[in-house]
Amino acid sequence: MRLDGATLWACASARAKGFAFVTAAALGVFATLLVAAGKDPLEAYIDTLTYVFGNAYGFSELLVRMIPLMLTAVAAALPARIGLINVGAEGQLYMGAWLATAGALALPDLPAFVLLPLLTLLGFVGGGLWALVAGVLRALRLVNETISTLLLNYIAPLIVSYFIFGPWRSPETASYPQSPAFVEAARLPTFFHSRVHFGLVYALASLVLYWLVMTRTRIGLDMRAIGGNPEAAQRLGIPIIRYILTVMFIAGGVAGLAGMAEVTAIQGRLVSELSPGYGFIGFLVSWLAGSSAAGIVTMSFLFALISSVGDILQITQGVPYAVVNILMAVILFIVLGRHSVGSVAR
Amino acid sequence: MTAEGETPLLEAKGIVKRFGALVANEISDFSVRGGEVLALLGENGAGKSTLAKILYGYYTPDAGEIFVNGRQVEIASPRDARALGIGMVFQNFTLIPALSVFDNVALFQKNLPAVVPRAEILERMRRYAGRFRLAVDPWMQAGQLAVGDQQKVEILKQLLAGARMLILDEPTKVLAPQESEGLFETLAELRAEGLGIVLITHKLREVLACADRIAVMRHGRVVGVVDRREAKEEDLLALMFGDKPMQLPPPLLDPAGRHDRGIRALELVDVSSSGGAGQTPLRNISMKLQSGEIVGIAGVSGNGQREFGDLILGLQRPDAGIKLLWGEDASRWSVAAVRDKGVASVPDDPLALACVPGLTVRENLVLGSGERYSAGLGVDWRRLDADMNRSFARLGFPRPNLEARAATLSGGNLQRIVLARELAQQPRLIVALYPTRGLDARSTMMVRALLRDMRDRGAAVLLISEDLDELFEVSDRLLVLFHGAIAAEFTPEDFRADLVGPLMVGATEQSDAA
Amino acid sequence: MNPALIVGVVAGSIMSGTSLLYATLGEVVGERAGIVNLGLEGIMLIGAASGFAATALTGSPYLGIVAAALAGAAANMIFAYLVVGRHANQLATGLSLMFFGIGMSALIGRPFVGVLITGLPRLPVPGFAPGEVGARLLSYDILVYLAAPVSLFTWWLIFRTRWGLGLRTVGESPAAAFAAGLNPQKLQYQALTFAGALGGIAGAHISVALTLTWAEGMTAGRGFIAIALVIFAKWNPLWAIAGALLFGGVEGLQLQLQAAGADVSPFVMNMTPYLLTLLVLIVWGWSRQSVAPAALGRNFVGVE
Repeated sequence: MRLDGATLWACASARAKGFAFVTAAALGVFATLLVAAGKDPLEAYIDTLTYVFGNAYGFSELLVRMIPLMLTAVAAALPARIGLINVGAEGQLYMGAWLATAGALALPDLPAFVLLPLLTLLGFVGGGLWALVAGVLRALRLVNETISTLLLNYIAPLIVSYFIFGPWRSPETASYPQSPAFVEAARLPTFFHSRVHFGLVYALASLVLYWLVMTRTRIGLDMRAIGGNPEAAQRLGIPIIRYILTVMFIAGGVAGLAGMAEVTAIQGRLVSELSPGYGFIGFLVSWLAGSSAAGIVTMSFLFALISSVGDILQITQGVPYAVVNILMAVILFIVLGRHSVGSVAR
Repeated sequence: MTAEGETPLLEAKGIVKRFGALVANEISDFSVRGGEVLALLGENGAGKSTLAKILYGYYTPDAGEIFVNGRQVEIASPRDARALGIGMVFQNFTLIPALSVFDNVALFQKNLPAVVPRAEILERMRRYAGRFRLAVDPWMQAGQLAVGDQQKVEILKQLLAGARMLILDEPTKVLAPQESEGLFETLAELRAEGLGIVLITHKLREVLACADRIAVMRHGRVVGVVDRREAKEEDLLALMFGDKPMQLPPPLLDPAGRHDRGIRALELVDVSSSGGAGQTPLRNISMKLQSGEIVGIAGVSGNGQREFGDLILGLQRPDAGIKLLWGEDASRWSVAAVRDKGVASVPDDPLALACVPGLTVRENLVLGSGERYSAGLGVDWRRLDADMNRSFARLGFPRPNLEARAATLSGGNLQRIVLARELAQQPRLIVALYPTRGLDARSTMMVRALLRDMRDRGAAVLLISEDLDELFEVSDRLLVLFHGAIAAEFTPEDFRADLVGPLMVGATEQSDAA
Repeated sequence: MNPALIVGVVAGSIMSGTSLLYATLGEVVGERAGIVNLGLEGIMLIGAASGFAATALTGSPYLGIVAAALAGAAANMIFAYLVVGRHANQLATGLSLMFFGIGMSALIGRPFVGVLITGLPRLPVPGFAPGEVGARLLSYDILVYLAAPVSLFTWWLIFRTRWGLGLRTVGESPAAAFAAGLNPQKLQYQALTFAGALGGIAGAHISVALTLTWAEGMTAGRGFIAIALVIFAKWNPLWAIAGALLFGGVEGLQLQLQAAGADVSPFVMNMTPYLLTLLVLIVWGWSRQSVAPAALGRNFVGVE
């Protein structure tokens, strides 16, 4: 949509104001709950801000948390443009991690500059194929993709666990099942002594490509046509089935990259608990952002910030990290409640 | 039959209903007696459905009074109508497909107790079903019933809710012949029981078979009420269509010479297609369309027009027979392939069928153009703008705001955009499906002139329309579509409503041998 | 086959399946009204934490169960207000509810981690001494005994009452329900209250009867198994009993097989509920059956 600068700014600042209100309200509600539980929310909020913004490491941890969120958000946003609902980024992430692990364990002798691109490809393909299952079922008019991606979400971690407890079980850590550690060549490089890894490049590249394709290419236009009016799109000759299959594959692939990054950069091996719900949070991020690329960055930032609040609460006040999910949920509830018809934008 | 002096069950006097400038109903007198079947006969758009909806409480009349059993009443909603004993069976059934027949009937009852009294309702259902030949398995899912049986449930529903008058809107439109027979038997039984039946239809044969009185409507008025014993088919047709001969437009080229000069753009050879749920099957259609001619397809909507258009455009594949485009077997071609060959589509509802509301006008203009404007991955907007501007200019349309969202445009403007897009590449075959539906008079004239102009430039045009005047004005040849098959073909000498009309409603050709 | 093994499996599936069944029944009622609640996992967690906390505070597991039901219903009202009152997107709201439940249950349960409670007692069965095979097979807590009657009641409610007829109509077409003089919103609120209470009870059964502990995330995805089970049971409370035994049995069977040294991967077994549901969906899609409530289908199970 072409808007001139002034309208664009007015639109963005109106949304920002709206969002500031929502966040403030949510922080208030969450603070009340914490006070009721005998904790000091103000201290927690201030500590978080000083940690994240006053501290290079704190900020880098924020970025680390943003990476998988941005990727899974794109994985949800892309199919959303053609009217498909992909809640399966969680499972696609696991399958990307799984296939990348297979590569890392099978080819430990390759040099990094060959191995890493290969693992990236495997991560993409793993997630992509997993999403394609749902895509095929939808294209054949058999099963709605919402429920199939949801079910596949729970099968994928079980596949990963099977391998960790079985063929890929590391002999060194018998009590805590996980895969053997990856060789150095299979580790995705990090930046500047922080944990911020190359996955950031994947995330930003995905976002930029997503934005470019949707706004500047004929493919993006055809996709928006399918999403806007599938009947008309079909009548105008747009091959809907081809788009369903391709888009689901690519979306799953992007989520798979998140999984690949988790195992090659953060964990250095395949473990059973790879994701604290990145797939679902990514879906919510994409939904809040109205599937817009800039919005995805903003929302990922916000949710990463929330998870930092969770960390601080756990470390400084002994509140379990899980409690911060309340803050996230309250923000969502307020947004959901304010817009009486459907989602935030478009 | 009731005696002449008896109070009619339902009477409407001086009913006027306007929708904007259109006068849908202007009826001075209308009544239904107990124990009779009153047929409400008329063409599409004559105002029959409007009257029915007023009687059933969906519309309130702008003027007029309604009397039930002699007492004046206000019918403000369907609930009021039902409380007064008026029931209506619509063309689109209101049954809930996943619920059982029993559930659907129970749901409709007034004052249903908290625990549904199964035995009692079942008993009543059985009684009514037996008396009026409406037997249906109460435990079957309504959606799985044959259409005729669904209709039975609709009637049963109304009877159990206490209806003494039943209005049926085009009940045989969706029925197979034997199902229609069953319906008429039921109506006969209901009539014998003393109910008043209003049968809305455009089919002559039904009317002559089962009505006691026939009220004919035309242009919103009741133009005559005939007793069946005195009714004759020609008289009814005359009342329905009027008996003035049509004005023939002056032919632009010599009709005899025009016929074989063109290449055969489209040919259907014995094409049949069963369609999906809710679609009219096409049966053994054979027709030809040459370049430089306009072939009109006449027919009452619902007789296969949409399926016919979809088949030609490639949205549907024929189950049997062959579709040829410029001599090539195009039966299995994709929509994109068909469009690529030079086939354009002008549908009736541009916002729903040909445009994406959320995209801008410019973006909508590039859709459906295949690879033509591709520049690498992107779009050659400049070439598109140039081509489209030329198209708008050639068609005499004002250039629209290309940045506006399609959703903000009016129906007429959207249709202009669709036309500019579709006609920009000089298509060789144009499929126009109800192209002027919902358009104002000026836009309508513009579209018709456009189609004639394209024809003169050598395109083949298929015009599917409900408007006989339009078809007569524009077509070189006219085919009539009835129940999914071609019923007849007419040449301009015979473009008269009293000749074409009857075939649209199923009368047989030889009936006016008199 | 070792009879002790069979007894173990059956007893295990009954214990596991009970919690699943309650959750499934609640979700059936909600989905019959056209609303899918992906946050069921969250509701169950809130029920587990509240039930455990209440039991620890009052000493009475029965009060704990009641508290869990109330907490579940209350939490579901947030969901109901957003989805029914504000017409919010059901999927997004459900997932938000899930996160809410994860967080809220962690907050409620934190002071009670490691606390011991007296759980729901297993009721003695006349004629068998405790410890006998018969006793192990037949002696359960009251929620287990109530499970089948509650299913039957739910079935009766949905299919034999005017309320249930209205509920099913709303789930097929809110517009048709409105035209028939019903109040779709009121029915949906009522359905979700019922569903919330049952979801809370389902969670509490795990903490107050099964494990007698509280740990974060202890429902371990059972909420989603219940959502799959609703589909597998074709939205019918009676079929849900069989399905709950089957899906619950997977867990029980897997434990027993492990104990017996059999070489079946527990992970493969745990996949079966999801695989079975997917298979069933494919079969229905193939035969073009429309089995889901139509209004639900629009955003969850339908393919046009």
